[in-house]
Amino acid sequence: MARVQTALVAAGFRRYATYRQATFAGAFTNTVFGYLRCYILLSVAATAGGTMVGYDRSQLVSYVWLGQGLLAVVNSWTMLDLAERVRTGDVVADLLRPVDPLWTYLWTDIGRAAFAALTRFVVPLVVGAIAFGLYVPRSLLTYPLFVLSTLLAIVVCFACRYLIGLTAFWLLDIRGVMMFWVFVSGAASGLYFPLAVLPEWLSTVLWVATPFPSLLQAPLDIAVERGGTGHALLVCLGQVMWMVLLLLLCRWVQTRAVRKLVVQGG
Amino acid sequence: MIISARGLRKEFTVSRKVGRFRRERHVVSAVDGVDLTVERGELLGYIGPNGAGKSTTLKMLTGVLTPSAGEVSVCGLEPVAKRTTLARRIGVVFGQRSQLWWDLPLEESFSLLRHIYRVPEGDHAARLKQCTDLLGLDEFQRTPVRQLSLGQRMRGELTAALLHGPEVLFLDEPTIGLDVLSKQAVRTFLADVDKRGDNTVVLTTHDLADIEKLCRRLVVIDHGRVVHDGTLDELHARYRSRRTIVADLDNPWPEGLTLPGAVVTAVEADARRVTLTLDGMAAGEVVAALAQAVSLRDLSVQEPDIEDVVARLYRDES
Repeated sequence: MARVQTALVAAGFRRYATYRQATFAGAFTNTVFGYLRCYILLSVAATAGGTMVGYDRSQLVSYVWLGQGLLAVVNSWTMLDLAERVRTGDVVADLLRPVDPLWTYLWTDIGRAAFAALTRFVVPLVVGAIAFGLYVPRSLLTYPLFVLSTLLAIVVCFACRYLIGLTAFWLLDIRGVMMFWVFVSGAASGLYFPLAVLPEWLSTVLWVATPFPSLLQAPLDIAVERGGTGHALLVCLGQVMWMVLLLLLCRWVQTRAVRKLVVQGG
Repeated sequence: MIISARGLRKEFTVSRKVGRFRRERHVVSAVDGVDLTVERGELLGYIGPNGAGKSTTLKMLTGVLTPSAGEVSVCGLEPVAKRTTLARRIGVVFGQRSQLWWDLPLEESFSLLRHIYRVPEGDHAARLKQCTDLLGLDEFQRTPVRQLSLGQRMRGELTAALLHGPEVLFLDEPTIGLDVLSKQAVRTFLADVDKRGDNTVVLTTHDLADIEKLCRRLVVIDHGRVVHDGTLDELHARYRSRRTIVADLDNPWPEGLTLPGAVVTAVEADARRVTLTLDGMAAGEVVAALAQAVSLRDLSVQEPDIEDVVARLYRDES
């Protein structure tokens, strides 16, 4: 990785590392909700005879606790600074750099994700492992595949949030778009429930036609080994496709946005 | 010629509510045909009242805004088309914006900028040292930007804009909101930048002391048009702003007394204080004539006030 990228990743990491109490509070909240979700899903599985749409007890536990950890790493709920900077006009400073802001924001976000992975991912995972017992993958290949899929999820989610941020060039206030995104991305990414509980046609549509399952369901399914290694590779390939597609879309929308730019304020 | 603009225009469409549902669209020209050339090494003061189009011009020159019409070239490049290339060769400070990383210490912003602009380590260190010495950054380089005072932040912003050795420095109101000491620090610093002559500087400001202390050339813009382009003296000459002599007298001013080369503009304080405006004659001669005519207690010669001239200029144009 070139020096610029390393410096930006490091800056993103340090930026979030400054807010230790917020990190602790976030990890605590994720853990509390982990208990709630875990008890609900386990009781559903218990009434259905031990498994739920093909996930056994330990798979469900892993699905919940890894999900609670990944939520902060992928970070679909927090918006990028971009929208706020467009609203205040500070985006001028981003445009006056010799680097495309898309990449500056991406590398900084990867730094943020790295910090979250070391803190907010670890806490719920350890709690889940101690309190409920996690699923242990049978194949060693699952570990690197999970890491790869998580990295792809981070970039896909970044691209989605960057696109939402770009809408600020037209809307100025993106709270409406944001609320819609939080609801849809939560339900369609497998955060609230595994997508397998949906009717098959609907989950197929989500997997094929939307980037949402790439955000969480993809790495989670790989971690609990649903389908074989081949299936996992196929899932990663789908994520790569969405990543490329969304980044291209970001570039295209950004060009348009900058062309119509009205810088706010004096 | 490092900056040139010909017939530069920027129009915005504004819609206004008329009646319950109807909206009327208006075209407003923020910049209305500006011609401007700046030579390498110049320090140009670009002034005008609020809303005159100063910032809009600067945003077009830096490639952030697309002009509605006209030709622009900065460092031989077309700013909008070559924005990222141009970015390496210019430095920009918008007084009301920040280019620093809010959550990080100042020094980390600087080192991040070194990577972004790919500045060799040695050059970076040399430039940073120069700025640190001149602006006294030492005290707060390790403080996160969000905790800096406005004056400290502005010193950081100026440094950030200069670290990659830009050919042109665009400064949009760099002294806005600063206290007297910080303003002085910024001015002294800019005077030094100007003296070294490595950078061409375009400075917009509302603080006319900035102009008096720094700018040999002054471009005044109003309603999107250039209304004056020349030195400060030329501006004074054009508006015939003249020096005045204020004299305190031992005895009342004899009514009807006139002096060659000066006009009596005020007689105050029981006729013991008189103000004379010079009209084409040197101050010395008028003072000599005055000393012969009356008994002087005290006397002062006052330079024309730039604030008055500019206020008159703004008023005339509107």
